[in-house]
Amino acid sequence: MVAARRKILLAVQLQGIWKRFPGVIANSDINLKVESGTVHAIVGENGAGKSTLMKILYGMQKADEGTISVNGTEIVFNSPSDAIDVGIGMVHQHFMLADNFTVLENVVLGSEPRKAGSLDFTAARNKIVEISTNYGLDIDPDALVGDLGVGDRQRVEILKVLYRGARILILDEPTAVLVPHEVDELFEALNGLKAEGITIMFISHKLDEVLEIADEITVIRRGTTVATLNLKTQQVTAEELAELMVGSELPTPETRGSTVTDKVILSVSGLTATNKDGKDEISDLSFEIHAGEILGIAGVEGNGQSELVEAIMGTKAATGKVVINGVDVSELGTRKRRELGVAYIPEDRSRLALLLDAPLWENRMLGHQTQIPNAKGFRLTPKLAREDAKRIISEFDVRTPSVDVLASALSGGNQQKFIIGREMSGEPILLVASHPTRGVDVGAQAAIWDELRAAREKGLAVLLISADLDELIGMSDSIKVILRGKFVADADPATVTPQELGNAMTGAVKAGKQ
Amino acid sequence: MIKRLDTLLAPLFAVMFSVIFASLILLAFGANPISTFLRMFDYATTPRSMTLILNSATTYYFSAVAVAIGFKMNLFNIGVNGQYRLATAVAALVAGYVTFPGYLGIPIIIFISMLVGAAWAGIAAWLKVVRGVSEVISTIMLNFIAIGLIAYLMAPTVLGVQTAENVIGTPIISEGNRIPGFTLPSAPIPVYGMFFLAVALGVSYWYILNRTRFGFDLRAVGMSPTAAVASGVNVKRMTVYAMLLSGAVAGLVGLPLLLGAQYTFTVNFPGNYGFTGIAIALLGRNHPVGIAFGALLWAFLDVSAQILDLTGVPREIIVIMQGVIVLSVVIAYEVTRRIKIKRQQAAVGSAGH
Repeated sequence: MVAARRKILLAVQLQGIWKRFPGVIANSDINLKVESGTVHAIVGENGAGKSTLMKILYGMQKADEGTISVNGTEIVFNSPSDAIDVGIGMVHQHFMLADNFTVLENVVLGSEPRKAGSLDFTAARNKIVEISTNYGLDIDPDALVGDLGVGDRQRVEILKVLYRGARILILDEPTAVLVPHEVDELFEALNGLKAEGITIMFISHKLDEVLEIADEITVIRRGTTVATLNLKTQQVTAEELAELMVGSELPTPETRGSTVTDKVILSVSGLTATNKDGKDEISDLSFEIHAGEILGIAGVEGNGQSELVEAIMGTKAATGKVVINGVDVSELGTRKRRELGVAYIPEDRSRLALLLDAPLWENRMLGHQTQIPNAKGFRLTPKLAREDAKRIISEFDVRTPSVDVLASALSGGNQQKFIIGREMSGEPILLVASHPTRGVDVGAQAAIWDELRAAREKGLAVLLISADLDELIGMSDSIKVILRGKFVADADPATVTPQELGNAMTGAVKAGKQ
Repeated sequence: MIKRLDTLLAPLFAVMFSVIFASLILLAFGANPISTFLRMFDYATTPRSMTLILNSATTYYFSAVAVAIGFKMNLFNIGVNGQYRLATAVAALVAGYVTFPGYLGIPIIIFISMLVGAAWAGIAAWLKVVRGVSEVISTIMLNFIAIGLIAYLMAPTVLGVQTAENVIGTPIISEGNRIPGFTLPSAPIPVYGMFFLAVALGVSYWYILNRTRFGFDLRAVGMSPTAAVASGVNVKRMTVYAMLLSGAVAGLVGLPLLLGAQYTFTVNFPGNYGFTGIAIALLGRNHPVGIAFGALLWAFLDVSAQILDLTGVPREIIVIMQGVIVLSVVIAYEVTRRIKIKRQQAAVGSAGH
């Protein structure tokens, strides 16, 4: 640092941060400068040490070495309340809001304004409205949080930390739970915050989004900061960023050659499901998937993809016919369907695919608790299940010290790897996969694609639902576009572009061959 | 080894905390805590007291396991009271009126009692599955209906008889339908024969929960109903099974006393073992061994309390102690759970490099 220093205000400066856990180093020599009033992204693979770093910055964990300075003053954090005191607020990936409270009640919860011994809601409401309009968050303080969509809830979380006086926001994987248009809204809100001088630290591994929103990017690899890129002065592509993250070239989703056979594995005809108001969520869907074929479903989220998956898996009541490998399962329950050899990667892994409070080896059994190696007859076989869980951990590079660790202790990407490893066990004939690579880093993403390709070659039939159009086009043998519960177009993955597909998804133009 | 230590730490801490708390109260009463506790201990270790402790613990164990089965699935069976009272009343009527050949009587009576308990809990299960009624509400309401039903059955004009002066109940059960006990060395009274059934229940409870598909499904629903559904569990069916099982075990609660000591069911039959069962299930963390220790501790406190009156200390201090133990054990479990998760996350974090 011999060069002349520009006079810039640093909101946060981390110098030489080290954090060791028994036996291993989570952060080593982290150096980070965040300019005031900017959006600073921190990218890295799952397990690269982003979360540990943010926990240190938010006072949830203490660094072993190094200094933290906020607005130029060196500070030692002993708890999150110390961080809040100097104006650092954290928006967690999982929202911490009470559904049956209004926005107002949720925001003041824990720091209730009092006047003469009673709650002063008027003052709080005024303050919330003021923050909401100043920063363009567009939130009604009296709306019930249970009625709000995911994007709105996230803005309530942001409002909550602003209400507590935060001037530096840490957003942990904020877009992981959002659909594309909600991401746009979030970015609009973040730009509004930036304009008002708020500093934003944005943790993500979605590179396109990072490139869109960030002013500066710091890349973390294996616990240490490997690069800082200034997007105002540098041209950076997603590929370059990804290479910095993994330290090697970026993989692409691509299958080579067709392995489609003429053996029908899944045949769906006239599948219709309605919501509780009697409106069709999916109507009259028919298609076939052959052994060795990946059928991709493209669509804006909420157009019936989840319902289609649930109807096939038997967790949602539906009319129409579902035939799996020649067996009519329309009247059969989920368990019978799974026993036919159906693997299932649901979209919401923590709700649908894991018992968070159970150890990994018990999670190995979930969904396959009637099958070998988990059970023989009515008896469980824990020993075999443990062995097989160990196999999954090593084959799928799940980073965990043992199979006795609770599923909740794993990071999202590692959870997903474990789930995929579990579902690909026992040679399934059909895989129903929703967003299989959502929330996993590029390294793991490549491994999952490899796994899907290999299974496809061996004759696995796959129903692939993904919001990642590159993934859909790269992996699928054929693509159907779903809109408002109906198939509106077919697309040939060999020729269609993401733009054409995107247009078809919104109903603007018909893509490919119809 | 260390894992075992962890699970013991929480209840030990809770018990120690309540001992300290009780000591403070004793001091406030002007009593010497150390000599009081020693006296309680001395009293509780006499053969007679030890028998009483084993007997109460047997009863509590059934009740706590009944509650724990529900807890494992996030079902709150508050209706153990009603279930066991009705079950015991019906069992007592059958045992009092019918003579069975040979040794058939006892298994039949136990079976009937379990059946009635299951049926009574089954009403709540049906209401929950078909009508969506919370089992907390329905089971507690069914408690009151059970009391009314028992009062009707016990009326002299229906099935009750006068068994002693001013006491109306079921006919005294004949020798053949009683469950013989065993006697500890130099104890004046026997330990209930049902003690062995309690041990057997504990073993089967553990086995079913941890080593069978059914148990896995049950726990899966308790941990995450959504994940359980996705894994192929029929949650409604599991709800019914769990409630029926819980009720069947509840049907055992009154039998040690009925078939081992009292031989008649009267309207004065103890009626609150169900709530004690909730406390002990919490204390034992729904684990068969934990519940056993919880039941023994509870019974020890109950029995040793009897000496307190003689020493001039109000015996209600034991109730306070029991309350403090439950509260602090709940807190201690939560604290150790969080520490455990933190430690695991740290371990996972380090495995990631």
